[in-house]
Amino acid sequence: MTALLEARNISRSFGGLRVTDDVSFTLGAGDRVALIGPNGAGKTTLVNLITGDIAPSAGQFLISGEEINGLSIPERVQRGLVRTFQTTRLFQNLTVADNVALAIMQRRRISKRFFSVSTERPDVRAEWSEILANLGLDRLAYRKVVELAYGQQRLIELAIGLALRPKVLLLDEPAAGVPHDEAPKILDAINQLPADIAVLMIEHDMDLVFKFATRVLVLAAGRLIFEGSPKDVTADHEVRRAYLGSYADARRVP
Amino acid sequence: MTGIATNDVPARRRLPLLQEAGSALAIAVIGAIGYYLFPDDLAFLTRLIGISFLVLSLDLVTGYCGIATLGHAAQFGVAAYAAGIACVRGVTDPLALLAIGIFAGTLMGLISGALIARFRGLPQLVLSIAVGQLVAALANKLQWLTGGSDGLSGITPGKVFGIYNFDMYSRTAYLFSLAILIIVFVALTRFVRSPFGLMCRAIKDDDLRAKMIGVAVYPRLVLMYGVSGAVAGVGGALTAMSTGVVGLDGVAFERSAEVLVMLVLGGAGHLWGALAGTIIFMIFEHIVAAANPFHWMTLVGLLLILIVVFAPKGLIEPALSLARRLTKGRAS
Amino acid sequence: MRLALSILTDAVAYGMVLFIISIGLSIMMGLMRVVNLAHGAFAMIGGYLASYAIRDLHVHYSVAILLAVVGTILVSIPFELLLYRRIYRKSDPLIQVLMTIGITFLIIGVVNFIFGPSLKTIPLPPLLSGPLDIGFRSVPTHRLFVIACGLVTALSLWWLIEKTEFGIKLRASVDHSGMADALGIRTEIIYAATFALAIGLGAFGGVVGAEILPIEPFYALRYMVTFLVVVSVGGAGSIMGALSASMLLGLADTTGKYLAPEFGEFFFYLAVICIVFLFPHGLFGRSHA
Repeated sequence: MTALLEARNISRSFGGLRVTDDVSFTLGAGDRVALIGPNGAGKTTLVNLITGDIAPSAGQFLISGEEINGLSIPERVQRGLVRTFQTTRLFQNLTVADNVALAIMQRRRISKRFFSVSTERPDVRAEWSEILANLGLDRLAYRKVVELAYGQQRLIELAIGLALRPKVLLLDEPAAGVPHDEAPKILDAINQLPADIAVLMIEHDMDLVFKFATRVLVLAAGRLIFEGSPKDVTADHEVRRAYLGSYADARRVP
Repeated sequence: MTGIATNDVPARRRLPLLQEAGSALAIAVIGAIGYYLFPDDLAFLTRLIGISFLVLSLDLVTGYCGIATLGHAAQFGVAAYAAGIACVRGVTDPLALLAIGIFAGTLMGLISGALIARFRGLPQLVLSIAVGQLVAALANKLQWLTGGSDGLSGITPGKVFGIYNFDMYSRTAYLFSLAILIIVFVALTRFVRSPFGLMCRAIKDDDLRAKMIGVAVYPRLVLMYGVSGAVAGVGGALTAMSTGVVGLDGVAFERSAEVLVMLVLGGAGHLWGALAGTIIFMIFEHIVAAANPFHWMTLVGLLLILIVVFAPKGLIEPALSLARRLTKGRAS
Repeated sequence: MRLALSILTDAVAYGMVLFIISIGLSIMMGLMRVVNLAHGAFAMIGGYLASYAIRDLHVHYSVAILLAVVGTILVSIPFELLLYRRIYRKSDPLIQVLMTIGITFLIIGVVNFIFGPSLKTIPLPPLLSGPLDIGFRSVPTHRLFVIACGLVTALSLWWLIEKTEFGIKLRASVDHSGMADALGIRTEIIYAATFALAIGLGAFGGVVGAEILPIEPFYALRYMVTFLVVVSVGGAGSIMGALSASMLLGLADTTGKYLAPEFGEFFFYLAVICIVFLFPHGLFGRSHA
């Protein structure tokens, strides 16, 4: 079976600095993979490379066997590659329902219609109200995003991700900045994702990584230094050194 | 996914077409007030309606898409010249001239959009100005076609529906323009709430996010520019017909700056804001600018600064929330 | 050959005027990211003040220049404190456009109310009027004076930015405003000083360039676009960029006026559209993305 997402020898330099160095991995259907690594390891750069926000200096990405290097961001989304953002990037002045409905309508290719008021169309409405209900956001449907708490906004990020029915979902620190008592809600939501999609999650919180991931990728200084089960990752010598090294560096800064 | 949709989403109870009907009625009432209270100023009021199309058109790109432009008069001017030239050369049916104006405006809108919507910030602003100035320079130089700095005169449209003549008191022109405004405004009320309009507001909020849900942003903005050009085109054609002349002022930089002021005064991102801004600005201009143009500039400058500092959302937002509070107070 | 030389002198002089006025705008845009449409309005204040000083107070040309520059900076201080501070580095260009257009209108209205709406001449001293023989032919002395002013401005700015303490702080603030704050550089003061410098240069250019860009009631609006185009083509915050863009535009515009007066403006804006569309950050600019 072909992998849903495959990265082949991806590199990227900024100036003389290699921020991504010969990275390869595959995501298959049903995979739950965590991408971890010390600060500045290049995790978000890797996500930006996958989505097409920046172009790799070398290497290829494939979705379901098709090369996507030349494709724009929207074209990749149409092929099922969806991401959420580390700091929420939502349509702040629109309502929660509109945020999700736009994603649904875009997926269904009815977002260019210009003479119907179709966020309230029965089929669209049924879909977004179901998504919101499952995330416990239904009472907030008609509130503007800008009025909501940060934890709620993180859930809306997920709601938009779901509405696009991705084949590959990239979650960039979905629980970052969420108050501790609300973090389980995020995990619940992630556990409810359709079983057959591939999910790649960047996360710092190791508790969350253990609860979520079946496989862990460790990135340090732009290189993939470990790939294996969550159980083995803490025991791995190189991983420990990468993390401890970065902490030692951190301490040297006054 | 087998989610149990408990569906606690509160239903939005709204009669279909209520907003559209309300808008139409409100404009008709305001129009009727103008008609009966100021029968001697109908020529001015007709010009006001013409400009209001341009402000509505600007609202579509600035208020709904967040594009800062100082060259929007181009759409209006090109349509006015197109309708005017067609009329001078023998096409006199008002509806045909309107169609010509809309076509020219749409074309100009698409061209402008293709150039302007590509970037944000300074390059966007400079391109918008350059496009506007290019059109103005052409209008000035192609004297054989546009009349140059003397303006294009002798535009005498035929009867509306073959019945109503454009009279010297501007009654026909006024009522014709008002009727078209109602139609366009109602259509826009729907348009801005459509998936397309909503997506434009989303792009204004965060264009990278829009790309990340799969939207090709640039073509959307160019399309919106086309729609905006069509609306401006209506205004251009109507103004050409009702005043009988098309001058360089219609494409001038000052016109572009002025309509931006009107829009912001009323409130960008609201159709009613665009309309309110036009009415307030043009009536004040009518009174003050006639007395002393420099006093008028001082006043507009001050007003603009005050708006940006104290009411960046324009006058319509505070007015609407006041109205909402009053109606709520009455209900409880 | 004669024609070529007159075109060249006029073009270079015109380009230098554009440079002296626009470089202030360019620096402001590079450092504070403010699209200051009112820049020409401050140049206009300078012109009005100089004209008043020479014609009504009968001071010498050089004193008038000084009075105009200092006077314009003094006038601009309340604008900086009350208005410009709010929009420094604010990303929404619409707000900046609106506020600075408002300031432009206000200045045009008030200045013409005080000094009267008419063309303001700034009489040249005997030393600068008349032609100067440069060996093989004579050229207007004033043109040479303007060119010299431009060169001196460019060199002093280069020295100020590359070689002085202020310049180091300024460059630090441009590249990393957060870092500059952390290093104890008071960006607020840097901004205010840069603003004063920019406005002063604008006023200076307005006065010495009055023979080429006449000071008239709608000066601020008439040349608003030209100055903006210089910055946009050259790239915000670049001395070399502003200098070469000014020369380029000066040459194109002057040649156009001599050779094809009918379509000069048309080709000018066509060129602007092409350049900006192909190089959105200017020929010498850097992306701030």
